[in-house]
Amino acid sequence: MKGYYGEFGGQYVPEVLMPPLLELEEAMETYLTESSFKAELAELLSDYAGRPTPLTLCPRLSQDLGFNLRLKREDLLFTGAHKINNTLGQALLAKRMGKTELLAETGAGQHGVATATAAARLGLSATIFMGAVDVERQRVNVERMRILGARVEAVEEGTKTLKDAINEALRYWLTNQKTAHYCFGTAAGPHPFPSLVRYFQAIISQEAKEQYLKALGRLPDLVVAAVGGGSNAIGAFSEFIPHKVALVGVEAAGTGEPGCYNSAPLNLGRPGILHGQRSMLLQTPKGQVLPSHSISAGLDYPSVGPEHAHLNAIGRVKYGLASDQEALAAFMALSRSEGILPALEPSHGLAWILANREKIDRGSEVMLCLSGRGDKDLDIVLGNLPLKD
Amino acid sequence: MYERDSRLTAAIAKATAEKRPARVPFLTAGCPSPDCFWERLQELEANGADIIEVGVPFSDPVADGPVIAAASQRAILNGVDLDWILEGLAKISLKVPVVLMSYANPLVQYAWERATGASLSQKVLASLRLLAKDLTPTVAGVIIPDVPLEESGPFHVSLDEVGIDLIVLVGPNVSSQRMEKYARLARGYVYVVSVLGTTGVRDGLPLEVKATLARARAAFDVPLALGFGVKEPKQLEGLSRLPDAVIFGSALVKHLENGGAVKDFMAPWLEYYPKS
Repeated sequence: MKGYYGEFGGQYVPEVLMPPLLELEEAMETYLTESSFKAELAELLSDYAGRPTPLTLCPRLSQDLGFNLRLKREDLLFTGAHKINNTLGQALLAKRMGKTELLAETGAGQHGVATATAAARLGLSATIFMGAVDVERQRVNVERMRILGARVEAVEEGTKTLKDAINEALRYWLTNQKTAHYCFGTAAGPHPFPSLVRYFQAIISQEAKEQYLKALGRLPDLVVAAVGGGSNAIGAFSEFIPHKVALVGVEAAGTGEPGCYNSAPLNLGRPGILHGQRSMLLQTPKGQVLPSHSISAGLDYPSVGPEHAHLNAIGRVKYGLASDQEALAAFMALSRSEGILPALEPSHGLAWILANREKIDRGSEVMLCLSGRGDKDLDIVLGNLPLKD
Repeated sequence: MYERDSRLTAAIAKATAEKRPARVPFLTAGCPSPDCFWERLQELEANGADIIEVGVPFSDPVADGPVIAAASQRAILNGVDLDWILEGLAKISLKVPVVLMSYANPLVQYAWERATGASLSQKVLASLRLLAKDLTPTVAGVIIPDVPLEESGPFHVSLDEVGIDLIVLVGPNVSSQRMEKYARLARGYVYVVSVLGTTGVRDGLPLEVKATLARARAAFDVPLALGFGVKEPKQLEGLSRLPDAVIFGSALVKHLENGGAVKDFMAPWLEYYPKS
């Protein structure tokens, strides 16, 4: 079915949002394959965002683990995370479509900053919706967005977090669809957003594949990425899906206690409809959406992109869990052993690798998508983990 | 033209015969409070409502503005859900037909635990069929604001086979071509959204309403109901051809939450006979 990955996806939106979604789909067909679009995006990604990103071997951790762990260094991108791959692409597309404004939702502020950055660079205005609770706890990112010229709207509705910011962004788009493009932050939402975001994030695995072939003459045995909405994970997996490469997505288990608020809809949710898509969803028996929780704001979302739900259902990708505490321990492990401070999102991926080290063959090649750098999380880490000398 | 009798089409035809648009109030379930909600519905019936729309609360109502979104949030906190609504409707047995307005997820989840299916799509359809069966005694139609044409299949099938109308929604940006595609699905009435926006009270109606109504008139052979922003009859001045029904939601919710009486809200509409 159109817009579906197996049985997941679709376009569960008000009819008045269908025209802009159809317009976007048409624009993707027209512009994404155009050579001038590709060339302009390639230049932005290399000269502005800093691509290609390195594939870094972790010698000390690898020795300890008994297999080679390499990091795909999206943390080295401009603005500190993989989000910029998507926002530059969508901003460029929005310009081709004749739009003058980018709007976006943001949780911790990373996608908001990446959108504000792309908008500034390409001469578009930006309106960023952010839950009022997040505005309070992510002051610095709010100021960064404002300095970049974006308008930040604090959303006071519902749980006042990412989920509600998406609702408000959809409402704003509904009203301002003629001039605004909704720069959706993750590979989720109504079709065509999951495939659009996948398209721009696929560069992660396209580069990684080349780098593996060049360095080792073969592909990795296992690729691991953290999954919230799932954009860095789908980007890290996409090129490897047709090959004999094991793929593991890692969801945030919250505190890990039974019944706790978590961000693991693939493991702990059931199929449901939210934000324009049918996917796995954390919800009450009556179908009300449950609040999510993770120590990592970027994973804190009650649903997940529909392609992940599909890859899970057909068994192509295995989805594991890591708790807040395990992620914090992994954060420290990478910082101390390799001198790299990871964001708390990929720390969940590393936590899964550390917890499952016995199950991974000795001598194998393992890639972790290091989707972002950890500077943004220092307050959270310091508040939760007393540093020992 | 679709031939099945529709209670909703009939209710609107009755108003048309009286040379006035049908009066369709909308109230979020449990508003202004769960205790007096049922009484308000009965008062709406007694004060000239031709059809009553009842909103099923949902945690993430993207098509709704602040008034209904907040009413929805409060209703959830008060424990209002579809079971509560259906039980209450059975008890008060209104004479006017009732239309439920619900986002897709509470409808799909209603009978999820009882439903079985070999695939996810089959389970969704099975779940919706169980729901439709439970709706039959008290509900004449269903509006699902987050289900466009592309996703309407299982909703349409399950409701249509028990004679419940799935109401089509169209707005100012919906092309005639798309309206034509909707035409074969349209049952009961077509909900014409007045503006590109969410539900909520507005002072006037935008000029484009005329064009939207005209396009809808050409595409559909079921009656047209105008909603989003409608509060009082004077907003309809200037429309050369009136809609067959008017829906008022946010304005009524606000009025009742501020302690207003149903009778006072309905009064201007009861005197409104523009076609005589």
